[in-house]
Amino acid sequence: MTVSNVVTDPVALTMTIVADFDETVERVWELWRNPRLLERWWGPPTYPATMTKFDFTPGGNVAYFMTGPAGEIEPGWWHFTLIEAPHRIEFDNGIADETGAPRAGVPSMIVRVILSEVTPETTRMTVLTEFPSIEAMETFMTMGIKEGLSAAIGQMDVLFV
Amino acid sequence: MVVDYLPAQKTDQLFHALSDATRRDIVERTFQREHSVSALALFYPMSFAAVQKHVAVLERAELVSKRRQGREQFVRSNVAAVKKAQVLLGHYEDLWRGRVDRMDVVLEKQSRKSRGR
Repeated sequence: MTVSNVVTDPVALTMTIVADFDETVERVWELWRNPRLLERWWGPPTYPATMTKFDFTPGGNVAYFMTGPAGEIEPGWWHFTLIEAPHRIEFDNGIADETGAPRAGVPSMIVRVILSEVTPETTRMTVLTEFPSIEAMETFMTMGIKEGLSAAIGQMDVLFV
Repeated sequence: MVVDYLPAQKTDQLFHALSDATRRDIVERTFQREHSVSALALFYPMSFAAVQKHVAVLERAELVSKRRQGREQFVRSNVAAVKKAQVLLGHYEDLWRGRVDRMDVVLEKQSRKSRGR
């Protein structure tokens, strides 16, 4: 089991997940930096993500969409606020409209990623997400997330790769 | 391991807020529906200012929220909102557990590839 800890704070609307990988920090960093690898884990198998624009620089933007089981398209965006290779990434993540622009009236969430070397061959990844409001959280959950939670996602991993 | 975690200072505030019968009563009444501070004050044998102080303690512990409308302040319990947030965060946690599992699979596949070359 790689997830070592999860902390949720329902007042601050934050979740922190800590996971350990038996890999070098560079390899784990690559999962975030390379959009083709990111596509293989960001969306659940039933809701895969496709990155259409990926500017991995501070201030850079990402445009992507998720495709649902019935072919429905859910566009989203990231905006990188901080990138410090190979240890830290911070970005805003929101829902986009058909043109790829942030959807009006839906505030974004903040995601902070920290990679640290526990040993040269073990990397700890900490991801903290901060939601702006309960209403925004509900909107995000309906965007591909609820559907993706359908039974035993973990076991379908092999199909996804 | 899943931990519902509150920092020590927050826990202290929470216990202090709930250690008083009037404050517990305010939480219960405002859970059912929103009340103005002056309407709440009618329930207790104390001054408006004293009730206002109790509300402030509850607000600091994030057990209630206040909104102002004209001259009146309305108090609403946060309990339902916190519960709802907890459920949504639970879904979000599941999503991330799935992501971590998939990251593992991708990493494994990548290192098999590099070993094979």
